[in-house]
Amino acid sequence: MKKLLALTLAALLVLPMILGAAACASRPTLNILIWGDYIDPALRTRFERANGVRINEVTMESNELMLAKLREDDSDIDLCFPSDYAIEKLLAEGLLAPLNKENIPNRANIGDTFWALTESFDPGAVYSVPYMWGTLGILYDTTKVTEPVESWSILWDEQYSGQILMYDSERDSMCVALSLLGYDINTTDETEINAARDALIAQRPLVRRYGTDELKTDLVNGVAAMAVVYSGDAMLAMAENENLDYAVPLEGSNLWIDNMIIPKNAKNKELAEQFINFLCDAEVGAQNAEYIGYSTPLAPSLELLGSDYIDDEVFNPPAEIMDRCKGYHNLDEVVKIIEDKNGKEVPITGNDLYRQAWEAVLQF
Amino acid sequence: MKRRLFSYPYIVWMAIFILAPMLFIVYYAFWGGDGSFSLSYLRDALFARDIEGNLANLRSFGHSGIVAIETTGICLLLGYPIAYLLSRMKRSMAAFVSTLFVVPMWMNFLLRTYALRSIFLSLESATGIQILDTQAAVLIGMVYDFLPFMILPLYTILQKMDKSYMEAAQDLGANPAQTFTKVVLPLSVPGIVSGITMVFVPSVTAFAVSQLLGGRKTPPLIGDLIHRRFMSDPPMYGVGSALSLILMVFVLASMVLMRVFDKDSPNEKGGKLW
Amino acid sequence: MVKRRIFPVLRGLFLGAMLLFLYAPILMLIVYSFNDSKNLGTWQGFTLRWYADLFLDRTILRSLWVTVSIAGLSSVTATVLGTAGAIGIHSMRKRARGAIEGVSQLPMINPDLVTGISLMLLFVAVGLKDGYVRMLLAHITFNLPYVIFSVMPRLRRSSNLLYEAALDLGCTPAQALWRVIIPDIWPGILSGFILAFTLSLDDFVISLFVGKSVNNLSMYIFSSAKRGVNPAISTLLFVPVVTLLLIVNLRAIRKEREEEAQSRKVRRKR
Repeated sequence: MKKLLALTLAALLVLPMILGAAACASRPTLNILIWGDYIDPALRTRFERANGVRINEVTMESNELMLAKLREDDSDIDLCFPSDYAIEKLLAEGLLAPLNKENIPNRANIGDTFWALTESFDPGAVYSVPYMWGTLGILYDTTKVTEPVESWSILWDEQYSGQILMYDSERDSMCVALSLLGYDINTTDETEINAARDALIAQRPLVRRYGTDELKTDLVNGVAAMAVVYSGDAMLAMAENENLDYAVPLEGSNLWIDNMIIPKNAKNKELAEQFINFLCDAEVGAQNAEYIGYSTPLAPSLELLGSDYIDDEVFNPPAEIMDRCKGYHNLDEVVKIIEDKNGKEVPITGNDLYRQAWEAVLQF
Repeated sequence: MKRRLFSYPYIVWMAIFILAPMLFIVYYAFWGGDGSFSLSYLRDALFARDIEGNLANLRSFGHSGIVAIETTGICLLLGYPIAYLLSRMKRSMAAFVSTLFVVPMWMNFLLRTYALRSIFLSLESATGIQILDTQAAVLIGMVYDFLPFMILPLYTILQKMDKSYMEAAQDLGANPAQTFTKVVLPLSVPGIVSGITMVFVPSVTAFAVSQLLGGRKTPPLIGDLIHRRFMSDPPMYGVGSALSLILMVFVLASMVLMRVFDKDSPNEKGGKLW
Repeated sequence: MVKRRIFPVLRGLFLGAMLLFLYAPILMLIVYSFNDSKNLGTWQGFTLRWYADLFLDRTILRSLWVTVSIAGLSSVTATVLGTAGAIGIHSMRKRARGAIEGVSQLPMINPDLVTGISLMLLFVAVGLKDGYVRMLLAHITFNLPYVIFSVMPRLRRSSNLLYEAALDLGCTPAQALWRVIIPDIWPGILSGFILAFTLSLDDFVISLFVGKSVNNLSMYIFSSAKRGVNPAISTLLFVPVVTLLLIVNLRAIRKEREEEAQSRKVRRKR
């Protein structure tokens, strides 16, 4: 009796899922590798219904993991959404398929600014189409920080000791320190990198935590004064707590773009291009940006979203903020060659220097 | 004699899915990516120095060991009384309450850790007491995650224990404390050993909890270090594998130590006496 | 006398406090799944939209299905394979037993990351392409030691005499195993199974490496941290299981009570 009851309940629990899985097993499947919750599910369903296909989302939380997945010899990913510098790396490794632009007429909806930015990592936009974008800046609590937030140096202000949250990512934290010191955020000059590293080490006693996506919840709950976050996260946090504000410091910062790319060995390339085109549709793009909360590069979508979004400086930063921001570059070129303990020559790339600097800050 | 046959499918499985993958790790730890034998990965894994010249990796090993020992100790101190009380209950009641203790593990550990985080957050914004981003938060989180792993084996062994031993001890004039230390505790050593194993091992390799609750203000745990090595770009398979090998030897050594302790327990001898 | 009365109270307090510690975060998750915000901690009004979203979002449902089915299949397989293995290993000579037990611990000792990467290297080398099968094999592998080490203490405590007596009384070894050993070590098997199921539900890192384009719930949750996890997932995963267990257990308690009452009646009649 007990067993019967247990079995029945278990079956009731599992049955809908089996049916759901079985119903869509036979249709062609598009495997997409994407950040978690980065597409409005309603839009995905709409595309699936209209084309009689199935979209299988594989979710990933860092560019590095995406790269690892795409590098697998037997990768079965058809479409991926990595950031700018990761695309540069994929391109250098020859892992991308050139897009057939005729299949993506809606590319025309993307604003010229973003094509210009694409030039820096994908010249001629042969392989990628912009999807979402944003800046790196400081999210702060106006009840705790009354002075204007204009410089990264506020993150070194002892007055806020124990209330400063830093982003645990080598490029982003180094970007903060390099900008503060007036250096290029893509510098491969060892002295400049070391100076930035030392600044971050000096900052360590003031920092409450080095985190990632969870930093914004600390601000929402009012336990910290400021955090380094992406603009999209800032938008989400500001919607939860009206005391929060976001600033991109005057010294400059990073402007990032997540793009859509198709891996070289994708099995459903045309279908992937069709989906890219769908996501670049004005109305679809507006709905998607509204759902995700990140900024869209689609000009007509922004018009559709209306003045609430157009006038929002976090969602749609004015030209002067855009002008002081730069994209990251892949720093794979060899900076110097050192001899290891065995006397073997080891090439050190710019990326290595950044990684070592950040590990020194985190005491690795 | 025939019973040995039962283990053959398992042994085949073990050879394919445990030993063979291990060979890959050994290969990377000594031959790295380029196929030439070298001890340099092992040396880097052991004696890497940080910017101030400290032996950073050894420090991480030590730090992980301490956190794991603290976690295991607290879990034992809390888990033993729980398991003992459960074993004293009526059978069906005990089954019910022990289920209650196991059920929280069925909630995804990431979700639970996020929830614990928000409890700390709410507490701090309400009272100003900071637990989050301290070592205490890491310990609470680890105990929270691993306590059921301690209770389960202890309860299994205590519940199986023949109550007549205790009655006999009491009849022979032992007070409750003596009964416990002389009879119950020695008989439960196998449960303690598996409980300690089940808590110590995952806590010595854990990293997600300390990242989410500890805020990275303390030196990284060894799991953290290995994670970084394998996830860096390009991934450092050599040093990562060497670190994993060292960790494995370290944990295996502590397990052997435990086994010696287990063997000395009166239980095995007792088993033979009967 | 006073001691007798205080003890149950203290016992209740202690167990209650421990349960509170374990359940508080879960209750919080469940309560806030009705909150009109993804932020746990600030109440912004009642809503059912997370549940509506959940049932519309096939990515979540699929990952849930992968998680539950893999946990079920892998824990059952690991329990059968592991219990048989433990019984076999137990009857071996000491040295062989020690060696096999040592190797068995490897998946427990290795950080998940290493297990995941090494299994991935194996699967790629062998050319196994199906992500679901890969994930299943990996989960069985890391579940096995937990089954073995739950069953082993039970076996060590169970006496060989019963088994031999059963053989003397004319049982075949298989019968003796089924009728004597298995019932004797049943609690160990059960706790091994529960552990295996639990660990499989929770696994993140190993699945990440072996799963290819198959996503499980942990992978989904971890990658959704960027925008906040749909809080309804926790309830969906938790409430059915708890309800099921409570019903089963409460029935057992009631049954025992009834039996006790009956035996009391019988005694009185006598």
